[in-house]
Amino acid sequence: MNWKKWLSLSVLLTGTAVFVQPVSSQDQISALTADDLKKGQQIFTSQCALCHGIAGTGGRGPALNLARLRRASEDSALFRIIKFGIEGSEMPGFWPLSDREIWQVAGYVRSLGRTEAEKLPGDAARGRELFAAKGCAACHVVRGQGGISGPELTEIGARRSAAYLREALTDPGAAVPEGYLVVTAITRDGRQVRGVRVNEDSFSLQLRDAGNRFHSFRKSDLSEVKKEFGASTMPGYRNRLTASELDDLVAWLASLRGE
Amino acid sequence: MKKIPCTVAATDSIGATANRLHKAFHLLLTVCCLLVSVSGQVPYQRLVSADSEPGNWLTYSGNYQGHRFSPLRQITPDNVAKLRVAWVYQFKSIGRQETSPVVVDDVMYVSEPPTRVTALDLRTGRPLWTWQRQQARLSRTLGFGPTNRGVAVLDDMVYVGTLDCWLVALDARTGAVRWETKVEDNGTGHSITAAPLAIDGRVIVGVAGGEAGIRGFLDAYDAKTGKLVWRCWTIPGPGEPGHETWSGESWKNGAGPTWVTGSYDPQLKLIYWGTGNPGPDWNGDVRQGDNLYTCSLLAIEAVTGKMKWHFQFTPHDVHDWDANQVPVLIDADWQGRRRKLVVTANRNAFYYVLDRETGEFLHGIPYSKQTWAKGLDAKGRPIVLPGTEPTIEGNLIWPSLQGATNWFSPSYSPVTNLFYVAVREMGSHYFKGEAEYKAGQYFTGGGERALDGDRAAGWIRALEVATGRLKWEFRLQSPPWSGVLATAGGLVFGSAPEGNFYALDALSGKPLWDFQTGGYITANPVSFLIDGRQHVAIAAGQGLFVFGLP
Repeated sequence: MNWKKWLSLSVLLTGTAVFVQPVSSQDQISALTADDLKKGQQIFTSQCALCHGIAGTGGRGPALNLARLRRASEDSALFRIIKFGIEGSEMPGFWPLSDREIWQVAGYVRSLGRTEAEKLPGDAARGRELFAAKGCAACHVVRGQGGISGPELTEIGARRSAAYLREALTDPGAAVPEGYLVVTAITRDGRQVRGVRVNEDSFSLQLRDAGNRFHSFRKSDLSEVKKEFGASTMPGYRNRLTASELDDLVAWLASLRGE
Repeated sequence: MKKIPCTVAATDSIGATANRLHKAFHLLLTVCCLLVSVSGQVPYQRLVSADSEPGNWLTYSGNYQGHRFSPLRQITPDNVAKLRVAWVYQFKSIGRQETSPVVVDDVMYVSEPPTRVTALDLRTGRPLWTWQRQQARLSRTLGFGPTNRGVAVLDDMVYVGTLDCWLVALDARTGAVRWETKVEDNGTGHSITAAPLAIDGRVIVGVAGGEAGIRGFLDAYDAKTGKLVWRCWTIPGPGEPGHETWSGESWKNGAGPTWVTGSYDPQLKLIYWGTGNPGPDWNGDVRQGDNLYTCSLLAIEAVTGKMKWHFQFTPHDVHDWDANQVPVLIDADWQGRRRKLVVTANRNAFYYVLDRETGEFLHGIPYSKQTWAKGLDAKGRPIVLPGTEPTIEGNLIWPSLQGATNWFSPSYSPVTNLFYVAVREMGSHYFKGEAEYKAGQYFTGGGERALDGDRAAGWIRALEVATGRLKWEFRLQSPPWSGVLATAGGLVFGSAPEGNFYALDALSGKPLWDFQTGGYITANPVSFLIDGRQHVAIAAGQGLFVFGLP
């Protein structure tokens, strides 16, 4: 089961659709002690840092070391997101945590925003020019313009940290987003089709090839399905960009927040 | 509607030619009709002999023995590829559909969340009546979410448990409420999602609430009046055997819920019912000891409610590995002599064979990847590996919180003598957290982060009953949430989370037919006759799909 399905199930498991307890946020965070924040940090490090990074610097999930969180400007909203997740996103609900533990985590997340936000070394304007010059738009949509082979980047700065974006540029195989697993379907008569996996169930496989054509296979018609974990259809830019160009491109991507 | 006792009597009499026999027939017919009017359309004896009328599906598991096996053999490996949709019923409530339909004399009874029961015309899927409990809409369902897995029938009543923890008896012909009984307070997290089990004059019902720190129990109610006959606590109180396995006052919130329908041996008059996790789930520090009778199989006397024996699969569980699976009762040769067995594939990844008269452990073996136990000792107690408990930082263990299997049903075929089970092969990082009991709130003490996507897998596995050895397996794209049905026709029907409903060869596991329903499947399949022709049914997404041969 993928993470989104796990999320959907976890939302169902919590019964939030029919029973949502009122959340009183008044002074909940300001009343937290140093020990509470330490407990919140422990929980965050073990259960949240995998996606949001140690100290909330971001990764697979967005950075949280910000003074204002886009979806959680109010403390009560932050509480709800931790408890119930965000429907339609990769953020699951952490319903087994007690309300007190959720406030401890929320308090720790807020404390991250009081630290100095990460300052990126690059020039976003130059990064935008590089994005066009290097042909990135051939594969990525930004604000309605661009190709479709890769994921849309209009909000990528709100979803991924600068460190993640840098890694995605230099070593794309280490940061393959969901829905972009490279597979090769080999039919029983020897035909091979390589592309990204669009969908798969126990009996069928759907993929999109480099020319963005869809292919649908019954698994009974295939002799093998090769899954290239750690591979990406995107070329690595480690040796195609100078260090300062990489900084510039990361700065521009990080500025894309759908606003 | 067919009156089975009368039908049997008429068939027996048709060949008679003498007036004497003719008069006897009329007398018998009169007696049978009187019996029907007194006992209703599904007297207890019909439930006892459910295997003798495979055109119906009279109980949650098809028979009291928990087999989920259809003796029908019209659909076979040779013709299953021709299966087509006969009709679809669209559920009226959006939600997770886990119902296992009950079929009685051309009527199908289905349930859906929050708690709704509908009687359907078996030929067309058109509703005959529907009933909904309004209060269930706002119920507390801590740890599982709103769902309902089915009903029980006995005489002329349909019984259903509700999310707000009532037991309701409905008139089978109209859906009118005959009686309703409060089982427990929903405000403390007690709820009912399981189908009741109807036996001789009694309705047995279990409760959910393992994540709310309830004190679990199994209840029996008078089928006619709804009056409580007995309550069997799954957590022993002061002075009762097993109480010493709880430290301090921890027994008061010890959980041990009973949220999956059990099985019944009418000869031994014993009810077999699984119990769930101790509370809090993942932090065992506050409940030192084995925590009886959580994560156990209980054999309970149907008449008195007394526990005859227990077997605990996972003493002092800290991974939420409920034993809430359907126990499967099988009479088989065991090391040279015939024995009454109960077998189960437990959520903790071990398959068990027990003597169901005594509870004696006979055999146990892993049926899925597990990293928490070295094995089982001579008495079936797990030899737990050190360092496998949840931690603050997270501890990666197989199986996941949801177990190597879960509430969805296994199947036993007396034709192949194989036990079929849907397997979830998935690991989890287990976390330990704080645990403070507050009535009506989560009491869990931690959590998990499962290894998802391509790091997890699902399987349908066929195990030899006596040994638990793997006979064959069929790979699924992801861990399933649905049960299996074996048929005398030589098939095993199953489902996958991605919406596939399919048939495998019961002897080899070879896939023979599949259908994409388009909906997430979290239900058990059943089989029955419509106008003398075999059909199979499964709830998928927001629909109930019924398939038959053209």
